[in-house]
Amino acid sequence: MAALEVEGLARRYGEREALSNVSLTLQEGQTLVVFGPNGAGKTTLLRVLATLLHPHAGRVSVLGRSLPSDAWAVRGRVGLLAHEPLLYRELTAQENLRFHARLHGVDDERVGELLESVAMSTRSREPLRTLSRGMIQRVAVARAVLHSPELLLLDEPHSNLDPAAVELVAPLIGAASGRTRVICSHDPGGGLAEADIVLGLRDGRTALLREVAQVDPSEITELYR
Amino acid sequence: MRRTVGALLRKELLVELRTLESVPGMSLFAVTTFVVFHFALNRNSVDGDLAAGILWVTLLFAAILGVNRLFVADAEEGGFDAFLLAPVDRSAMFIAKALTLLAYMVVLELVAVPAFALLLLGPSLGGAMPGLALILLLGDVGVAVIGTLVAALAVRTRARDLLGPLLALPLLVPIVIGGARATSPLLALAHPTGPAARWLATLGLYDLVFGLIAFALFDFLLED
Repeated sequence: MAALEVEGLARRYGEREALSNVSLTLQEGQTLVVFGPNGAGKTTLLRVLATLLHPHAGRVSVLGRSLPSDAWAVRGRVGLLAHEPLLYRELTAQENLRFHARLHGVDDERVGELLESVAMSTRSREPLRTLSRGMIQRVAVARAVLHSPELLLLDEPHSNLDPAAVELVAPLIGAASGRTRVICSHDPGGGLAEADIVLGLRDGRTALLREVAQVDPSEITELYR
Repeated sequence: MRRTVGALLRKELLVELRTLESVPGMSLFAVTTFVVFHFALNRNSVDGDLAAGILWVTLLFAAILGVNRLFVADAEEGGFDAFLLAPVDRSAMFIAKALTLLAYMVVLELVAVPAFALLLLGPSLGGAMPGLALILLLGDVGVAVIGTLVAALAVRTRARDLLGPLLALPLLVPIVIGGARATSPLLALAHPTGPAARWLATLGLYDLVFGLIAFALFDFLLED
């Protein structure tokens, strides 16, 4: 079954077209990696799929539900790891995750388990503003998977993470998680290693859409020229 | 819904307790304004209409400070997005934010009213307190409802610091008028009486109407 079906998607910010005529299909359990220079529309695509932005044209179906009309049925089934951690700086990691757990109807026990799995248990009672960016990113990963979403939308998920932390979060957001994933990346090597399908965006338009086996790494480099 | 409102309210109060960005500022503003009035009017005490007007105008402007800060942490730290991604009734945010602003107003008045009595008020507040508390509560509900609506509208604009007060003040003026008229008889030096029932009813009706309007509109304000 297709987890994502996008056809002719367009999204504007005022006069500027951030996405134009983007189409793709992603099956359940597959990973789509989106490449493209800054301003290419990667984050806008993630926000549309997360139901945070309405499509201005085209047809978007996420987990079998049409957007924006069925957005209410998609929320809670999607985990978004954005540029911003979506956490409150003045609250501790534990308070932040408990807050999100209540919004998603998740038990507090899951909060403890996730803090343990991202190695943040010992610093979980300190306000986020006192933590390093890498630590905050680990808490953000825990937040994104707190409610066991079926679809993960990951915007440069490894930013600010050291190699040990990347390994630490792999069971939660990596291929081993078994979830359908859409990942925005600037790292051709790492991105292609994760991908089943590759989407290249340039100026909001599809410049590349193929299965990973048919993609030459030089084509990714070319997107950024 | 109750669980979501509880979670949001707890988060709001925790953030305010940690940052102390809203309530101390509002309280300090109110006390400073009373000091300014004390010297500007060049009078040792005020009563009746003048006292009620000073009290309500000061509370109104102090409330604007809280309204302007109400959604700042959510807008700047991604709390809006996190909330919108959750499978919850969006009206919960309206209720939690309005309750937060109501709590801010109550704490503000716990500081501002004694300061007002000390710095400016001629007649004693003793007998007037039950009536004044009722009027203030009705006014606070209106400020909370309208303030939350306006803050949600303004926070997503670049000129939120300007737009918030510009939108809020005209909508809050009827509350100031109703509150001041209802309070005036309580603060009269000669023959103080109870609050005017007509103005209490006006405040209650205004709260109800704007409560329903805000409840109906709030979901649309959160949409893209």
